Amino acid sequence: MKPPAFKYYAPSSVEEALALLAEHGYDAKILAGGQSLIPTMNFRLAQPGVLVDLNRVSELAFIRPADDGGLLIGAMTRHVQVETSDLVAQRLPLLHETMPFIAHPQIRNRGTYGGSISHADPAAELPAITVTHRGKIHLRSTRGSRWVDADDFFVGLFTTALEPDEMVVEIALPPLPPRTGWAFDEFSRRHGDFALVGVAAAVTLDPAGAVEDARLVFMGVGDRPMKGDTAVALLRGQVPSADLIEEAATRAAQEDIDPFGDVHASAAFRRHLAAVLAKRVLTRAVERANR
Amino acid sequence: MAGRYFGQPIRRNEDPVLLTGQALFTDDVQLPGMVHVAFLRSDYAHARIRSIDVSRALDRPGVIGVYTAEDLGDYWQPGPLLVPPPPVEGIIFHQRTQVPLAKGKVRHVGEPVVMVVAESRYIAEDALDDIFVDYEPLEAVVDVEKALEPDAPLVHEDLGTNLAARVVQRKGDYEAARAKADVIIQRRFYYDHGLAAAMENRGIVAHWDKKMQYLTVWDTTQAPVVIRNGLAKMLGLSESQVRVIAPFIGGAFGPKIMMFYPEEVLIPWLSMKLNRPVKWIEDRRENFVATTQERYQVHYAEIALTKEGRILGVKDRFYHDTGAYDPYGLTVPINSQCTLLGPYDIPNYHSEMNVVFTNKTIVTPYRGAGRQHGVFVMERLLDLAAKELGIDRTEIRRRNFIPPDKFPYNNEIIYQDFAPLVYDSGNYEPALDLAMKLIDYEKFIKEEQPRLRAEGKHVGLGIVAYVEGTGIGPYEGARVQVESTGKVNVATGVGTQGQSHFTSFAQIVAEQLDVDVRNIRIVTGDTAEFHWGTGTFASRGAVVAGNAIHAAAKKVREKVLQKASEEFGVPVEELELRGGYVHTKDGRSISLADLAVKANPLRGAVKPGTEPGLEATMYFGPERGVTANGVHAMIVEVDPELMDVKIKKYVVVHDCGKVINPLVVEGQIHGGVAQGIGNSFYEEIVYNEDGQMLTASFMDYLIPTAMEIPPIEVGHVETPSPWNELGTKGTGEAGAIPTAAAFVQAVEDALADYGIEILEAPLSPNRLFEILKEAQAKKGT
Repeated sequence: MKPPAFKYYAPSSVEEALALLAEHGYDAKILAGGQSLIPTMNFRLAQPGVLVDLNRVSELAFIRPADDGGLLIGAMTRHVQVETSDLVAQRLPLLHETMPFIAHPQIRNRGTYGGSISHADPAAELPAITVTHRGKIHLRSTRGSRWVDADDFFVGLFTTALEPDEMVVEIALPPLPPRTGWAFDEFSRRHGDFALVGVAAAVTLDPAGAVEDARLVFMGVGDRPMKGDTAVALLRGQVPSADLIEEAATRAAQEDIDPFGDVHASAAFRRHLAAVLAKRVLTRAVERANR
Repeated sequence: MAGRYFGQPIRRNEDPVLLTGQALFTDDVQLPGMVHVAFLRSDYAHARIRSIDVSRALDRPGVIGVYTAEDLGDYWQPGPLLVPPPPVEGIIFHQRTQVPLAKGKVRHVGEPVVMVVAESRYIAEDALDDIFVDYEPLEAVVDVEKALEPDAPLVHEDLGTNLAARVVQRKGDYEAARAKADVIIQRRFYYDHGLAAAMENRGIVAHWDKKMQYLTVWDTTQAPVVIRNGLAKMLGLSESQVRVIAPFIGGAFGPKIMMFYPEEVLIPWLSMKLNRPVKWIEDRRENFVATTQERYQVHYAEIALTKEGRILGVKDRFYHDTGAYDPYGLTVPINSQCTLLGPYDIPNYHSEMNVVFTNKTIVTPYRGAGRQHGVFVMERLLDLAAKELGIDRTEIRRRNFIPPDKFPYNNEIIYQDFAPLVYDSGNYEPALDLAMKLIDYEKFIKEEQPRLRAEGKHVGLGIVAYVEGTGIGPYEGARVQVESTGKVNVATGVGTQGQSHFTSFAQIVAEQLDVDVRNIRIVTGDTAEFHWGTGTFASRGAVVAGNAIHAAAKKVREKVLQKASEEFGVPVEELELRGGYVHTKDGRSISLADLAVKANPLRGAVKPGTEPGLEATMYFGPERGVTANGVHAMIVEVDPELMDVKIKKYVVVHDCGKVINPLVVEGQIHGGVAQGIGNSFYEEIVYNEDGQMLTASFMDYLIPTAMEIPPIEVGHVETPSPWNELGTKGTGEAGAIPTAAAFVQAVEDALADYGIEILEAPLSPNRLFEILKEAQAKKGT
């Protein structure tokens, strides 16, 4: 479990990092928190010729208030910083509630927001939360800069809209609208494992108590964060009764996801869990919206 | 004989070095000029080797050598059979042991094929990618029952069968008993036990010093003396030219008693060949496939009872997966066969064991060593019988316990030590009573459970009993010496892998010599210090090495008093040994240090026949093992939507005879229970139909963490063994043995309204989902 030889660069600015990516392209990998890349290299499943280590690029570690009431989070912000940030707790309670589910404290001390979404593990929390928040991702290269909607960023298994010479520099997460309740839950074999299934929900009610808007995003049951649009369509315009929530959750688990089977859970069991968890988070989100 | 030291909760002597990172582990050994080895291992479970091309690897800068089986010449030999088959009439046993490097054919994923030695481990691993092995894949033998079908592919073609062994053991006449039974219960059981996953993987450093003509080997083995003797023979050296050190080891749990691993044969040979120190450290990926493990058995078992719930007899036929080779003989399945009988008075028993070769990693003992499988079958049979007969599950066990006046109790079958399975002593009801009290059995059944069920919660209780054969022979020895420094030096041949030997052994000596345990230095696992012994296994350290140390310490005490008697001119009976001094009644005293100096004079005449020093070496060789026992109980809550199980309460009542140090015993129990919980709900080795392990990393092989282990309450019952002077019984495996049986009973109890029967372990959320689905489907039809 030793990686083959590679070249190592430790730039101290975004400009320097981008220049290295432009020079090495496909042969380069960005090292952020290293929580996925290093094991993959030790298993020799990834054999990059060049590592560009962002750990000295301090300008990428920040959490800043945005004008829309949400937050801008730098790509090299550690999970622990998000987890313990008062700004996050006040402005993005769904993200705040989700952070402790991410792996273990040791991993949260190293892992970064930008690393997690760039790696794009479909069972990871932050891609799903970014989609739920309808976040935008800021990408840069020596060629320029662009913002990509979270929906368009995650394109497949461990695959994103990033070009080989691009990197994520920040993530913009808008706040949830007023009268919105939220919830996150997941089921993993052991605390800290990748979840078999996880679900995030946000439900916005109109003054009469009917669903104005809803978001339901699943993780671990497809090649990317999976949106429960069938459930959302069922809920919209309705007063969410327990029966309706159950129906919405069940329909989403049948129609909106594409789970795979592995040694821990068959596809059928993942579908079952998706329905149970979707019911639980929708129920909690509605309760909170009514508060 | 609980005393000032023996029986006291003394804190561990070994902790300061361990906790400050100053203990020597094998990978800490760094020697000038040392080179590093990596192994190319088979990716196939079963394949013929057509050819191997190592030329590109040899060309890589930094590579020193590349070896295949052909390069080993006459040194290439199948390993020894560690444990010969037991003397049971009509036994079938086929010996097929592992080889240093595969020749002609590979028989399991992870079998070593090529050895590369290079200036660094990095280069050695790079060179593995340069090697091309042309394999012809063969159909893999994976399932133990299918393996015995006539058209099955063969792991060892020359045998003409995949049957490694068949042993039938009988007590009484089961068929006659069956004819008189009111109730007969028959089921198929499946029990899978996983791998040890010790924190430290295996590792070896060998250093051949040509000028000294001396080989030093650091090895993560549980049996350094046996390794030394074997290596000397294989390498054509005198035993006195070989020193094997088993330094601190980060857990072993059985797989490190396996001998000889291919790496243990090859690394010392390579050091002699290259005349350089050679290191190989197993990585985690290798550990999953190259270190021995335990696996599953399938049992077809039945129990015959009277309507009062008295057991008339048990019959069992089972299939045991031994993997590609069987160097450890039949220890694991014999443990299953014998331990199944448990604490119960079973007059008639008929057990047929079938041991099967498969294209999987070798099976050898891992903490419990087959006992789990037997206990699971017996305890589940009793649960089913209790339900069928409408008897409380604790009552049916109580009615069948061997009564205290029936010991020694002869089960009339042969145990793993080839002696008849005779229980030395036991008192089972008090252990059950205490466990029921600690778990608050009556209140839970009558009040808590109905109340929680009414609230829609699914809570259940499991309570099971077991016995554990421990402390088997042949022998261990120890040398105890009072030094002129006043410190006491103790050496024994057993290795240590976290059992607290440095403390509990010191307590045994302190009890005799009344010296602070911190002034007693224990040396274990260094053949230069003590070269007689067999090893640390089968929960035998405290019993066998413990009693040898006790005997040696007593002898030294006699010498101390004798010497003091000579010095003071006072009879021994009038002397008192206290606080590191010998005192006379008239107020004179002399320290042990001064006595040690006087016992080793530099000048002057001594009496003929005198031995110098205050030193003694003694051995303890028990005729047979001693039997510990206990009861585990737990309360679980099941979420039948998520299929999750949470253990709310866990109780262990344990009887290991005389306790040397309760902290150590409880530590052993806690660790064992943690592994038992892993074996109940988290850990599972999964092979696919090609013999590929699908769970070969900690992403997929789930070791429980502190988050999954509940607080564990331990109660002690002490029934001393009459068969050794200390009265001790082993405790190393007790925590791990009955856990899954209790867990499954508890889960079944929690899900009583689903009408399910669970006949397998481990469980998982996915498996519970399937079991509930099957039950629903049955209800529907």
